[in-house]
Amino acid sequence: MARERKEKPGPLEYNRRWPLQAIVGATLFFLYFPLIILMVFSFNDSRRNIVWQGFTLDYYEKAFNNSSLIEAFANSLTIAFFCTIISVVLGALTAVMLWRFRFPGKTAVEGAMALPIVVPEICMGVAMLVFFARVMPWPTGMPWPLNLGAIIIAHVSFAFPFVATVVRARLASFNRELEEAAKDLGASEWRTFWDVLVPHMQPGLIAGALLAFTLSLDDFVITFFTAGPDTITFPVKVYSMLRFSVTPEVNAASTILIVVTVVLTAVGLRMQDQQDQKAKAK
Amino acid sequence: MTEAAIAARPTPHVKDNAIIRFENITKRYGKVVAVDNVNLEIREGEFFALLGPSGCGKTTLLRMLAGFETPTEGRVFIDGKDIAELPPNKRPVNMVFQSYAVFPHMKVADNVAYGLKMDGVEAGESRRRVEEALELVKLGGYGDRMPDQLSGGQRQRVALARALVKRPRVLLLDEPLSALDAKLRDQMRSELTSLQEKVGITFIMVTHDQDEALAIATRCAVMNRGLLAQVATPADLYEFPSSRFVADFVGSVNMFEGVLADDKHDEATVRCPEIAAPIYLDHGVTGAQGSTVWVALRPEKIEMHKRPEGAAPMKMEDAPAGTNVVPGIIRDIVYLGSETIFEVELEGGRRVKTFRSNLTRYDQEDFTWDEPVWLAWHACSPAVLLS
Repeated sequence: MARERKEKPGPLEYNRRWPLQAIVGATLFFLYFPLIILMVFSFNDSRRNIVWQGFTLDYYEKAFNNSSLIEAFANSLTIAFFCTIISVVLGALTAVMLWRFRFPGKTAVEGAMALPIVVPEICMGVAMLVFFARVMPWPTGMPWPLNLGAIIIAHVSFAFPFVATVVRARLASFNRELEEAAKDLGASEWRTFWDVLVPHMQPGLIAGALLAFTLSLDDFVITFFTAGPDTITFPVKVYSMLRFSVTPEVNAASTILIVVTVVLTAVGLRMQDQQDQKAKAK
Repeated sequence: MTEAAIAARPTPHVKDNAIIRFENITKRYGKVVAVDNVNLEIREGEFFALLGPSGCGKTTLLRMLAGFETPTEGRVFIDGKDIAELPPNKRPVNMVFQSYAVFPHMKVADNVAYGLKMDGVEAGESRRRVEEALELVKLGGYGDRMPDQLSGGQRQRVALARALVKRPRVLLLDEPLSALDAKLRDQMRSELTSLQEKVGITFIMVTHDQDEALAIATRCAVMNRGLLAQVATPADLYEFPSSRFVADFVGSVNMFEGVLADDKHDEATVRCPEIAAPIYLDHGVTGAQGSTVWVALRPEKIEMHKRPEGAAPMKMEDAPAGTNVVPGIIRDIVYLGSETIFEVELEGGRRVKTFRSNLTRYDQEDFTWDEPVWLAWHACSPAVLLS
């Protein structure tokens, strides 16, 4: 091994030459160094949080005891949860419809579906604000979690096109003969959909769900315009805390959000991996 | 034209009743006519092949039986019942797809059991029948594998078992051998025939490969541009083609356009501008005197003899004994192992193909490039075509 390493890199082994290694290093640095600093300073024993003063877990305790922060966090998770489920169902159905059927105005529908992806978030936010203020006011004073309805609807409206796009791409590789085979063997349309099409879409559904979840969890702009005083989400709360001062508490809260997102993504990927493994091993 | 050229495969399981009947079937896609007024009966127990070039409508016809296409006009009967109203999942036919369409996320056994599950067959019975079906296609013990652990040939067997386990009245096969490599294809050909004889189910196969159709089918329908060109046994198809299209599509052929010069009850001659001597036939042709006809001559039916380099020019009288003889010069030789193809240039410049089996390991006659030869064929060898 050691001797092999000393050999000159081959013509296509770019990953063993310094220019590519430097680019990879720089990319990783710019991507992750700020995050690491943020995490490190969440343990800083200083109110101003500019200079490192010493290690403490005080601000985590403070964050956990900050009931409005915890409430915002719970709101965010709840919104993300419902947004994911609705987006996956809606996105998958949209993808199947666009893939399966030919109808007049199909191109227009496809274009319209991609709009929420390209429209600047700030416009979406203002549009949502006007919509909920004038056209369809969400009833106030609803019990939790119904009071989050407006935000969930807003999140679904920008998250489900992402799901549809991912699932659509997956459907492109579907062999239509599988569908015909199922019908030929006696399956109804509905059985065919569940037994053949959904298993094929599954990786797309999982990827889409992860996308929708993370998009919803960290969305600030659109939420900011649709949230009422009693429906604060985590990113909005963090922003409002920042306006007073940048204490390690904000860092601690952010760190928790990062950890939660990373863990959930890892679990999702892991689940998909296990499915693949199971499919291969059997 | 009904005389059998060679002994046909014994088919005791073929019954007299028509299990499938196409009645005036036409299929149009907009202005394109995919199937044009086809009338066809397929008998129970047959191994029937729909043969034709791509786009001839053979697959459309097959998919009509499965229920994936509906005829624009005409009716399809299975067992005497009009099946127009039946959706694919309610028809007594099953299909083996070109891509095999084995469900990738299910074990082999679950794939085979899928159709039984849809029919509500009870679990114990289903297990027994799945095992039986897998044994039938020589995949016993493969039930727990996933499809991606199988080779292409094995996946096709799964597709076969999955269709046969439902005991359909008719099994449809869409280009069943096209995705296999040459060695495996030969093996599967004979396995398909023996499988069909064993289960006694009517098989209908779509193929563009004439070798495949000739080797497997008990009867073939040749299609061209949506029309049925000819329906016959493989031997009749090859030896007694009904048109230029069939003669050309099935096997290799030398085709000469000519004029029917003389037509009696038991002999006829055709004058072809491309051949010096008139072609003599030992049977009559039912055609008008002077009408244009085509003479189709299979390469293996032409004998080749040495033509000693004598005083040129050669005369027809110098030809060796034989009914039809023309002089020529070998222009190209293609060695194929079991046989050799010779391309012989006739006097007018027309090239004719002929095969010679390589019967010994040494070619004693030692034909070579640019060698003068005689081509000879029997008076009953060519097929005379009127269209």
